Amino acid sequence: MKTLSEVPVIVIKPSRGWVSLKLLEMWEYRELLYFLTLRDIKVRYKQTVLGVAWAIIQPFFTMVVFSLFFGRLAHVPSDGIPYPIFSYAALVPWTFFANGLIQSSNSIVGHANLVRKVYFPRLTIPTAAVLSGVVDFILAFIVLLGMMLFYGIVPTLNILWLPFFLALALVTALGVGLWLSAMNVQFRDVRHIVPFLTQFWLFVTPIAYPSSLLSEPWRTLYGINPMAGVVEGFRWVLLGADTTPGPMVIASSFVAVGLLVSGAFCFRRLEKTFADVV
Amino acid sequence: MSKTAIRVEDLSKEYCIGARQEAYKTLRDTLIDAFVAPFRRTGKLLRGQATGAAELDEKIWALKGVTFEVQPGEVVGLIGRNGAGKSTLLKILARITDPTDGRAEIYGRVGSLLEVGTGFHGELTGRENIYLNGAILGMKRGEIIRKFDEIVSFAEVEKFIDTPVKHYSSGMYLRLAFAVAAHLEPEILLVDEVLAVGDARFQRKCLNKMQDIGQQGRTVLFVSHNMPALTRLCERTILLEEGQLIKDAPSHQVVSAYLNSGFGTTAVREWSDPERRPGRDIARLCAVRVRGQDGKFSDAVDIREPVGIEMEYEVLKPGYILMPHWHFVNEEGINIFSANDTDVAWRRRPRPTGCYVSTILIPGNLLAEGTVFVDAALTTLNPDLHQFTERQTVAFQVIDTLEGDSARGDWAGRMKGVVRPLMQWRTQFSPNGYASATTMAEGEV
Repeated sequence: MKTLSEVPVIVIKPSRGWVSLKLLEMWEYRELLYFLTLRDIKVRYKQTVLGVAWAIIQPFFTMVVFSLFFGRLAHVPSDGIPYPIFSYAALVPWTFFANGLIQSSNSIVGHANLVRKVYFPRLTIPTAAVLSGVVDFILAFIVLLGMMLFYGIVPTLNILWLPFFLALALVTALGVGLWLSAMNVQFRDVRHIVPFLTQFWLFVTPIAYPSSLLSEPWRTLYGINPMAGVVEGFRWVLLGADTTPGPMVIASSFVAVGLLVSGAFCFRRLEKTFADVV
Repeated sequence: MSKTAIRVEDLSKEYCIGARQEAYKTLRDTLIDAFVAPFRRTGKLLRGQATGAAELDEKIWALKGVTFEVQPGEVVGLIGRNGAGKSTLLKILARITDPTDGRAEIYGRVGSLLEVGTGFHGELTGRENIYLNGAILGMKRGEIIRKFDEIVSFAEVEKFIDTPVKHYSSGMYLRLAFAVAAHLEPEILLVDEVLAVGDARFQRKCLNKMQDIGQQGRTVLFVSHNMPALTRLCERTILLEEGQLIKDAPSHQVVSAYLNSGFGTTAVREWSDPERRPGRDIARLCAVRVRGQDGKFSDAVDIREPVGIEMEYEVLKPGYILMPHWHFVNEEGINIFSANDTDVAWRRRPRPTGCYVSTILIPGNLLAEGTVFVDAALTTLNPDLHQFTERQTVAFQVIDTLEGDSARGDWAGRMKGVVRPLMQWRTQFSPNGYASATTMAEGEV
């Protein structure tokens, strides 16, 4: 028999105002996060003809189109790097970000049956949706390595920074995803906003063009778009673009963390209404 | 060991329903409202007031001031009509939704089983789903690995464990889903209507599993519409009505009260409003009554005495041959027997319109002890037109007073069987052994 001190006590009462993130509980449910992520990965390409090839097709063909129109026809500058790899190095993290954003913003509504019937930290749902994109990222990244080999580009020691920039993309996607997924429960308007938002965001991110088109201090200010920092960071660590994006990346990091923290609190605040409204 | 497992104090939950329609006066008002509303809604939302995307102003208390306590190891039933607040209560205790007011304390690990198969994914194999569903329900990976074989054999899906569950039959799917949930081992289990799944054999298996869980000393709060299951599994039952706790007492009392809320005893159930009587265009059910040997209404009968059950019905169209019939169900949900009206007076005779009372007389020393639930049904013959089958109209207790002249004899312990007829016994004695063989042989000569 258990003693009184061993028995966990759960107190249920109406919560008001801002509530804690309960990150400790998130940690206790890490196995659920693992299984949800694993499921998203396994399920994503089930019953598709091309299967995981989709992870590569998306960024690769966008690169082909960009190279043709922006590189060949419009002669957009590319910091002295061959245009195809210049744009592909940006499209790989971008695709990861955009898919993570789309998946996570629909995640709570998509898991309505779970939310209505089982208790677990809701934060695991959008987090798993973003994390599951890492596999796609790795696949697309392998193609990027192949292209680097083709163009004879040897990465420098800067490549050690790569996980940092991947994390930055992840934090941004999750931050925005948390905001949108929580809002989506109440306002299905979000479903219509997301495609528009990702398209808009694609053009305000230096993917088809370099951020070096801007002079300082505007370039640093450009870092307010966290994806600008991510994209330029990827080019810097992989392609050795000589324009070190330092200040811009710092700005991006602050914004990304701000998005994540505010998103998490907003999410937690709205969480108690999920089961009733979704 | 704490003294309480669940303590609920003055718990309330308010829901917003329906939309209040405002009449828009002018186009200008409409336009202004269209511009202002999204901001107002967003503002409300950020202040933490759930409004949904529409203006929901009408409010309803799904739960109002509910207070009760559950001791560790108790199996408590929760009944009430649809919308009485049973599921809301479980959802609050399972922390799925927040209460509006009041508080609850739960001492121990909670597992909730509000739906079978939540989180199952059709594209994943049975094996993958066991792990995923287990994790969703709060099991640790080690725990799932340890119980994996047990879960698979309980669900009887060994052969298909690596097949995507979308190819499963619905029975296999439900079995697997229940198996995962049934192997949860929290100190406190909240269960909602899960027994309403699967075929009869599997339902029985689920019931037995639930009984095991109760006997292992775990605390269970169990919502069900299945009265027989409820009286069998729970010693104590709570009745909710319109969000309020109406009765909290031993199960058979509460079940009786529930079966005829507003009618007095379980022994009588009447449909006074002609519009709401069960039935179709030819015949409708007016009342069902249980009478003891003395002719009085009774919801408890002595096992040795006969009991009469009468079905009052009105015939609206003349010229049909009617066959009233009964189904008697015990508290395990087993059909004890069914009986068709064989009264020669009206058998094979077309009936004129009017009111009829058909009574079945069940002899003493036939039914086993326990609760008997009565389903009343009526069909016409040639053509066979089903008029009504009203389930669990009345229920009565069969009681053995242990005076030694029932089929129990002098035994006071548990007895099996759905019926308990008093049989004739004969004993032959022969002091020098080999009694049976010789006497049998002699008997046949």
